[in-house]
Amino acid sequence: MSQNEGVKSAVPDRPASVNPLKMSQPLGAALAFLGTAGCMPIFHGSQGCTSFGLVLLGRHFKESIPLQTTAMTEVSSTLGGGDSVHEAILNILKKGVPELVAVMSTGLTETKGEDIVGDIALFRKRHPEWNELPVVSASTPDFKGGFEDGYAEAVVRILEELVPKGTTPKVPGLVNVLAGSHLTVADLDEIRRILTSFGLTPVILPDLSRSLDGTIPEKFEAKSMGGTTLSEIRSMGSAEFTLVIGESLRRAGEVLLSGNDVPLYVVKHLRGLLAVDDFLFLVSNLSRRPIPALFHRERSRLEDAMLDCHFHLGGKKVVVASEPDLTLDLCQFLSSMGMTVVAAILPQVSKVREWLSPFVSNVMIGDLSDLEEQAARHNADLLVTHAHGRQASERLEIPLLRTGFPIFDRLGVAHEVHVGYVGSMQSLFRIANVFLSLKRDLTPQTWYPEESGSTDDLTVVDDRIQPPIVPAFRVAEERGSK
Amino acid sequence: MHTNKVQEVFNEPSCGHNQSKSDHDRKKGCTKLSKPGQAAGGCAFDGAKIALQPIVDAVHLVHGPIACEGNSWDNRSAASSGSDLYRTSYTTDISELDVIYGGEKRLFKAISQAVSSHHPPAIFVYQTCVPALIGDDVEAVCQLASEKFGLPVIPVDAPGFVGGKNLGNKLAGEALLDHVIGTMEPAYTTPTDVNIIGEYNLSGELWQVKPLLDRIGIRIASVMTGDGRYQEIASSHRARASMLVCSKAMINIARKMEERYQIPFFEGSFYGISDMSQSLRDMATLLVSRGAPADLLDRTEAVIKEEEALAWKGIYGFRKELEGKKALLITGGVKSWSVVSALQEAGLVVVGTSVKKSTGEDKERIKEIIGDDAHMIDSMTPGEMYQMLKEAKADILMAGGRSQFVALKAKVPFLDVNQERNYAFAGYKGMVTLIGEIHRAMTNPIWQTLKKAAPWERIGDLPKTSSVGSLR
Repeated sequence: MSQNEGVKSAVPDRPASVNPLKMSQPLGAALAFLGTAGCMPIFHGSQGCTSFGLVLLGRHFKESIPLQTTAMTEVSSTLGGGDSVHEAILNILKKGVPELVAVMSTGLTETKGEDIVGDIALFRKRHPEWNELPVVSASTPDFKGGFEDGYAEAVVRILEELVPKGTTPKVPGLVNVLAGSHLTVADLDEIRRILTSFGLTPVILPDLSRSLDGTIPEKFEAKSMGGTTLSEIRSMGSAEFTLVIGESLRRAGEVLLSGNDVPLYVVKHLRGLLAVDDFLFLVSNLSRRPIPALFHRERSRLEDAMLDCHFHLGGKKVVVASEPDLTLDLCQFLSSMGMTVVAAILPQVSKVREWLSPFVSNVMIGDLSDLEEQAARHNADLLVTHAHGRQASERLEIPLLRTGFPIFDRLGVAHEVHVGYVGSMQSLFRIANVFLSLKRDLTPQTWYPEESGSTDDLTVVDDRIQPPIVPAFRVAEERGSK
Repeated sequence: MHTNKVQEVFNEPSCGHNQSKSDHDRKKGCTKLSKPGQAAGGCAFDGAKIALQPIVDAVHLVHGPIACEGNSWDNRSAASSGSDLYRTSYTTDISELDVIYGGEKRLFKAISQAVSSHHPPAIFVYQTCVPALIGDDVEAVCQLASEKFGLPVIPVDAPGFVGGKNLGNKLAGEALLDHVIGTMEPAYTTPTDVNIIGEYNLSGELWQVKPLLDRIGIRIASVMTGDGRYQEIASSHRARASMLVCSKAMINIARKMEERYQIPFFEGSFYGISDMSQSLRDMATLLVSRGAPADLLDRTEAVIKEEEALAWKGIYGFRKELEGKKALLITGGVKSWSVVSALQEAGLVVVGTSVKKSTGEDKERIKEIIGDDAHMIDSMTPGEMYQMLKEAKADILMAGGRSQFVALKAKVPFLDVNQERNYAFAGYKGMVTLIGEIHRAMTNPIWQTLKKAAPWERIGDLPKTSSVGSLR
């Protein structure tokens, strides 16, 4: 990806990123691989690369995360890490056979110039007994791109490696859904519900709703508990069409277009009345089926939620900082409700940036210190970012709506739905409730602050001082005596 | 006893509305009796509670079954600058056994509990229908408790079945007159002490006014009852003048204080810029006539001039986007014309306003301000309102909270201008806030969005909108 895409000052000229918004590519790639069934992702790097990622994923999903490392050392970093890759795969196979092994590069191994593709080819040659084991590699240097890019790279590589090339007969009703990194477990369930209600059979890739959705498995295995299965992935070439949810996965959709002639539709927004209208219209046309009646009521409920919520949202100033696809979705959604996005901050460059201009004039590549600065400068009413925004929120005393990844200090975030009429409605309630939960701090100085301290000429009325007691029943006598 | 009290408050000699009635009509009372099946609005208990609860340092104890307090507590936005005790809900929550054996003992114990947990300066005890029906003598219990615990325990005898909210306001006023006002002496007095009667400090509205009085040099001796303190109200009989804010609600307090303590009063409103200015002028004039320094008038004019200029400037700023938009103003309040001039300054066209509670004089003024075309609405059913909005005869409905859903279901902007609202609309600042809120409501993009046809009503091919990307 080109670093600057013709946008001036796309990257901050500050030497340090303060309170980073950005997360690394391998982390995003790992999340995508965790949405495939029986997968064991391996970071080709030092063991810290894995443990940080593992801990962060665990804190967000509250699940055990299968994630391994090639545990590069000083020596292997110098002499070459090919053997470490082989060793890692073999050690994993000793404990159990995953359905898919995924090897991601890191900053360390990319800097060294490790040839993972070559290493895997060598592994095949040396260990023909494992020829049937699918191994997918992804090049995800830490020093380039970010979370969303790594996620997309993983999806691209899965499709490139595992979907047989060539035009095959289409399976009626089979549709591919390439699910962007901004979607939650509940979002995937909702997308599946919508598509199946049209009589379609969706294959969702990656499918976190079947791996990191918090079910309790029968037995514990060190590999992803579920997700898109290998056979599902292999069938994706015979789908009628591909719905790409999120611009970042357009490249992945194009793999199926060029390799298997599956047409693709990129869905930029799935939140908000008009966005969902368009989506249903699209699916209705593609499936050649009418929109099911159940959506009539859901749409009406969303309309009502918009009416109820607009009192609390209209005119509110927001700063948004999140991964590009999510930022586009949020900025469009929030401004459609009459909120003003005073600044949007992206962690890394993205094509999405230019599409943000209808919703927000001030878009920058930056970090959470930018969020904090912009929020203070514009006197924002709400911060929207991941859980690391909490410090800025506390310092500025501006409420924080947690969104995206990671959210480690709130429970149930994977089960919050944001897409479809239902998700849009729930999103509205979540945002409006943030404002409703604020304490209304009205004081005698609220409207005329310069008049503060002018109470000294008033009766000394202190709630702590007990007034002299005149029992009520004596009142009549006193009046009589006056 | 009730009959006497109720008749007494109905026969209000200071009420112009009341005096214009025939003897027969007057006897029927000022609140129309609710008809079964077509009643709306609160009961007398509701009205009494509304009127007294803003006394923030007192305990408000409701003697009745859970419905009365349980279903209504903490539902108003009266603001406090000090104690939060008034928001703590106390009710005897009487049970079946209390209904059989009487609830007086439970009430006495409840008072005892409130005394020991908060040591409040006073406790207001609200009578409700059920204990009134079974004959609980709340007055006697309160008197006994007063003696026993050594603090004022004030019975508020306004059970729901005696009438509507307005009557309850007046009965609350009677409770203050009988048991509170004149029972204490102020620490000191000044020649500019005023009582503000019928102002509840909803959403802090008093504080949109009080700083101006401070600037002029007028001292608020007591407010009945917004951000009120028991001691202030108990010693309010030493004030030099009173302002009666919501004229129909607590007129009995103003009149009886004039009779008992020779405190003259005037009627005024803090809503609308000209009304606000007039109220400040009237207040200063009345105080000067009672011996306050004459330069009070000059100071008042200076503040009026400055604040009016600021307010008109603020309102004018919204004109660009509001010009020509049609507003329908349905308020329960008396003087809807008092905000009409502000609406007009912002470029809005008032297509209709309610005159249900307005006097003949009010109606003349409405005509004067908005002309003969103005639709004067005596009463309007929700169905009629919905129809009017649906037919786009108005771009915004300004009304009480009850009408909110009528407007919203017609997908028309709505602004709550009644007492349950969340924004403060009093004084000069409040009027700018009001216009700002109208602007905020009307410029929200959802009104355009909601007019869009559902996708199943769409004809044509695949969408060309931005939400779906390139078609391959």
